[in-house]
Amino acid sequence: MTTRMVGEPVKRVEDPRLVTGNGRYLDDLGHDAFEVAFVRSPHAHARVVDVDVTDALDVEGLVAIYTYEDLVADEEEHGTRVAQALPLLIPHPTLTHGRTQHALANGEVNHVGEAIVMVVASDRYAAEDAVERIRVDYEFLTPIVGVEAARAAEHLVHDDVPGNVAARMVQETGDADAAIDAAPHRLELDLAIERSASMPMEGKGVHARWDADDESLTVHTSTQTSTSVRQAVAAKLNLPVDRVEVVTPDVGGGFGVKIVHPWPEEVLVPWAALRLGRPVKWTEDRREHFVSSAHERGQLHHVRVGYDDEGRLLGLSVKFWHDHGAYIPYGLIVPIITSTQLLGPYKPGAYRVEFESLYTNTVIVTPYRGAGRPQGCFVMERTMDAIAADLGLDRALVRERNFIQPDEMPYDQGLIFQDGRQLLYDSGDFPGSLAKLKELVGWDDFAAYREQARAEGRRVGIGMACYVEGTGVGPYEGGHIRVETDGTVVVSTGLTTQGQGHQTMLAQIVADELGVPFERIRVTTGDTRRFKYAVGTFASRTAVMSGSAVAVTARAVREKALRIASDALEAAVEDLEIVDGNVRVKGTGENGASVDLGAVAVLSNPLRYAFDEAAKRATQFAAPADPDKPPVAEGESPGLEASQFYSPPRSTFANGMHAVVVETDPDTADIKVLRYCVVHDCGTLINPMIVEGQIHGGVAQGVGGALYERMEYAPDGQLLNASFMDFLMPYASEVPEVEIDHLVTPSPLNPLGVKGAGEAGVIPGAAAIAAAIEDAEGITIRRMPISPSELFHLRLENQEAGS
Amino acid sequence: MSDVVSTGSTTRVSLTVNGVRHDLDLPARRLLSDALRHDLRLTGTHVGCEHGVCGACTVLVDGAPMRSCLLFAVSLDGAEITTVEGCRSADGGMGPVQQAFHECHALQCGFCTPGFITTITAFLDDNPAPTRDEAREAVSGNLCRCTGYVNIVSAVERAAELRREPTP
Amino acid sequence: MKPPAFTYHRPATVQEAVQLLDAHAGEGAKVLAGGQSLVPLMSMRLAAPGHLVDINHVAGLDTVEVTSTGVRVGALARHSRVEHDAAAFAALPLLRQALGQVAHPTIRNRGTTVGSLVHGDPAAEMTAVLAVLDGEVELVGPHGSRSVGAADFFVGPMETEHADAEVAVAATFRRPPAGTGSAFVELARRHGDYAMCGVAALVTVDADLAVTGARVGLISVGAGPVVVDLGPAVSGSGGGVDTPRARELVDAAIDPEDDIHATATYRRHLAHVLTERAVAQAHEAARGTRRSAA
Ligand SMILES: Cc1cc2nc3c(=O)[nH]c(=O)nc-3n(C[C@H](O)[C@H](O)[C@H](O)COP(=O)(O)OP(=O)(O)OC[C@H]3O[C@@H](n4cnc5c(N)ncnc54)[C@H](O)[C@@H]3O)c2cc1C
Ligand code: FES
Ligand code: FES
Repeated sequence: MTTRMVGEPVKRVEDPRLVTGNGRYLDDLGHDAFEVAFVRSPHAHARVVDVDVTDALDVEGLVAIYTYEDLVADEEEHGTRVAQALPLLIPHPTLTHGRTQHALANGEVNHVGEAIVMVVASDRYAAEDAVERIRVDYEFLTPIVGVEAARAAEHLVHDDVPGNVAARMVQETGDADAAIDAAPHRLELDLAIERSASMPMEGKGVHARWDADDESLTVHTSTQTSTSVRQAVAAKLNLPVDRVEVVTPDVGGGFGVKIVHPWPEEVLVPWAALRLGRPVKWTEDRREHFVSSAHERGQLHHVRVGYDDEGRLLGLSVKFWHDHGAYIPYGLIVPIITSTQLLGPYKPGAYRVEFESLYTNTVIVTPYRGAGRPQGCFVMERTMDAIAADLGLDRALVRERNFIQPDEMPYDQGLIFQDGRQLLYDSGDFPGSLAKLKELVGWDDFAAYREQARAEGRRVGIGMACYVEGTGVGPYEGGHIRVETDGTVVVSTGLTTQGQGHQTMLAQIVADELGVPFERIRVTTGDTRRFKYAVGTFASRTAVMSGSAVAVTARAVREKALRIASDALEAAVEDLEIVDGNVRVKGTGENGASVDLGAVAVLSNPLRYAFDEAAKRATQFAAPADPDKPPVAEGESPGLEASQFYSPPRSTFANGMHAVVVETDPDTADIKVLRYCVVHDCGTLINPMIVEGQIHGGVAQGVGGALYERMEYAPDGQLLNASFMDFLMPYASEVPEVEIDHLVTPSPLNPLGVKGAGEAGVIPGAAAIAAAIEDAEGITIRRMPISPSELFHLRLENQEAGS
Repeated sequence: MSDVVSTGSTTRVSLTVNGVRHDLDLPARRLLSDALRHDLRLTGTHVGCEHGVCGACTVLVDGAPMRSCLLFAVSLDGAEITTVEGCRSADGGMGPVQQAFHECHALQCGFCTPGFITTITAFLDDNPAPTRDEAREAVSGNLCRCTGYVNIVSAVERAAELRREPTP
Repeated sequence: MKPPAFTYHRPATVQEAVQLLDAHAGEGAKVLAGGQSLVPLMSMRLAAPGHLVDINHVAGLDTVEVTSTGVRVGALARHSRVEHDAAAFAALPLLRQALGQVAHPTIRNRGTTVGSLVHGDPAAEMTAVLAVLDGEVELVGPHGSRSVGAADFFVGPMETEHADAEVAVAATFRRPPAGTGSAFVELARRHGDYAMCGVAALVTVDADLAVTGARVGLISVGAGPVVVDLGPAVSGSGGGVDTPRARELVDAAIDPEDDIHATATYRRHLAHVLTERAVAQAHEAARGTRRSAA
């Protein structure tokens, strides 16, 4: 068997378990654990004056009630740090006023949903009964909701943060203002994107078990980063790190929201388990997820652009305001990404970007798939369309004229990216991608189709949007591979999985690198008992980072196997190969001398005791070894295993282009996506089936973000649509079929030539759909998402303006 | 009076789940989703919203798909319930709809999947040879955040094919 | 999101149900029918009835009867049962036309049509259907039974004319005159959602295919279903419905409000557009009834 696995649409090894109901998600664990519910603030901004638990005390099944004061007392008694503010995860130098929340509010609440009291009870029903009976007295403060109110700063979210500004950042290459002023053509645009959210189908959840005999804590959490949760929990609970393990069970989707850590509950639940000496569990319900997890996307942008007669950019200046909610443990990364990635595949001429990240009394912002890129793409692509409209040029042509050319790679944009490294594109063929996209969607024939539709009383329009996505950010990931004596290959990597098929994808890589049958490989992710050093799953980094780490680890195991086998087979290492799990001399075929990897594993571990048949072969009495040499050769270690890390100098840049055809109803203003075409370049495709699945999912979220999903805050800070009834995630009936074409420009930065693919599908959605609606309607679109009601009002405004 | 009363305590309810009869004493307010998941430990049925919109909790009650989060278990005395675990093949392996999901890559995180499997199983009983549009319509009451539905629609078509194939 | 505790009753007859409701009226006793509206309200702790009287095991309520006057739907007839009943469809196609747009099939498998009427959501399709067909709801209470016509039954948003101790045992959707065609047209944000506006339309034509009457029932544009008699818009000779006049009539009757999905202005616009579409479809269907009768 020499068929390569990498590049094949291998069916997922995860599936048989998951489709038959045998998955193990967080709430599938601990049926007998105590359960937690929280008293959460119904007010957006208030001081907590008093908490009265009297009525809750006789609730049947009540176990414990905790407030902030209990956390403080615990700190005094046990030296824990549960009472202290949660960590500031992204301590960027521009973050001059970083504020984070407390696990339980310490006297002030800053958004609806902030936890004030934790209740532990025999089950969640009883816990909610108690929550209902706890009375909290508030002193109301003025809620600050929305970018405008935050900017006006007539009231402050945090008393000690002037202007509600957490961070202000400027980056510039060249003199943008001068270039714009000198340009023959200039435009200014105001562009807005509203809040949405990751909204995985499974909310968060934590289960913790304290083993008093072993003095160890095992935490299961639905997270995107178990290693980091482990460190955080140990620090908060004042436990030695080696007494804490964090295990990620099956995770029902993440999309960013589960990368943040520790969530208040990730600290409180283990703490309660420790104090109560009983397993404790919290399963977030959907309403909690809306008001106490995280949102993303809300930004206002002001663009100034100067360009020549051909539509070439001469200078671009973007100022924008980011609403990061009540606290900023992680959210700053979002505007940083917007500010750099909005450049897309283009050369901007001189570029200046400035943003302010603002506090509001709303749920915190943390990255949601795309993480600031959809906003950046929206800004750049709307600008491109505006230039084309201004000059009367084809929209594709304007883009083409501004593209970075393939022979200019690697291309330095002259900025600093989110990982603190140069924004340096490593690969891509933008003209090639555009040509494919135009072909796929039939760009050049569309005008005729639009006219024909018009004649039939229908309105159709087409739009496109391009993006470049920095993926696979560092600092590192690692892999560990061990070959068991039965030939099973056990692979571990520290980062976690939320449905991306990592077990399959990583096994494909190992199968090729090590030369073992795919079926013999078992992959574990996100279990700190198995692998302790990792960063996490975000920024489309698993294939790049863990994929590369596992590849180099497999190579190390391969080398070791060959070294050991060369003794056994009495052949030089260079003459050996591993095929189908057997080491053999090259060119001898199936009948030549060979030793299977299981046997090599046996030989790798010289034994004293023959505890089974295989072990017999490895005891010191079995082999005719050189009596003058130590049983374990110098520089070697027992066991056929290795652990390696991969740490790239900087991110690798994937790219893609989407084109959308929409139809709008001339009477009802209903909007329908008729076609959705994608050209995608994520370098080498490890598993095209999985990559396409990622694109499909991203596109659906892009459509959702463009036409359906938004967080509707009332001016008083109430989230008006905190349910699936009113926060409109699309069903199958709202999502189009997706037509995909790939262009492969391998990344030179990693051993596999891969670039990230996880987030891409969502990035250009709002931009491309806005362009298509604009094309169908002849009405300028500057805000997304857009609903039929809003399109109707735009039509009215347009009619008034026109009359 | 012949009515069954339950106060703070429990009510006896008999449910036949995946062909196995269970007599349970449950608090009246126990949602069917919780009874299946935590009392019977059939955790294949998932809970994504608990207000009837996402469909992750869909099970078959006397053959018809229903939201288990919108049913009180006590109200279903005597009902036959099929969960995703009951959609397996006779030998415990993947049943046709499950097999189709695997073949078509119709799941990613798998959290929504059980609700789709049960819904599609019932749908194909009624409509063994759906068109692609009918297949899409049939899954349009279930939310999936991962797949964008394209492959789920394909899996409906593939499941229909698999069900038509004679079992070897 | 777990419902609060309650005392559960599982009566076998309507009489028992009524007695239980009556006995526990002071503790907020409520009927549990399909639970598709009540259970989510309880799980969100927006409703906390002290007693639930589960009518799902009451015999004789799972009925759909077609009579000379109309279609009588029992309290335990699920939406899907009514939707798929062939005789009911033949008698009143509007039932299926509307039911196909009530939530998703999975919800319809449990939710009852009568429960939807009693619940009285101003966005519920079947309220407009009952209203436009001039139907009635049969109530049984401690003091006997009574029928309430649609015009009196829908009192306000989520408010219908029934006493705490009354069980709605059935609803009758009245057959319109011969030569009537019907249609239900709505626009929802997503397939299966409550509509931003919806219109049930009836158009009657005579043997010469001239329109003799037209009526619409609208949802989501008022405190309850809004019925508008479009008779004044029926232009005698040409045999059609005059669109501008119909708009005026609809305009005068509705009172939409802003919400997060649609502004009042937009709903008003939708009421016009969807009325026009529904009337056109119903008109076409009416012609069809005459053609097939011929
Ligand atoms: C996700 C979702 C989407 C939905 N979308 C729609 C939609 O688009 N359009 C729509 O119309 N509906 C929709 N519904 C609601 C659905 O139609 C319900 O089935 C219906 O509103 C209530 O019927 P039920 O039998 O479930 O009533 P229940 O929930 O059991 O009861 C509702 C109320 O009516 C009372 N009641 C019920 N039956 C009787 C009776 N016989 N006598 C006295 N009182 C009674 C109850 O006490 C309760 O107060 C949706 C529901 C969900 C969960
Ligand atoms: S959990 Fe039941 S529909 Fe979402
Ligand atoms: S596969 Fe993750 S929600 Fe559907």
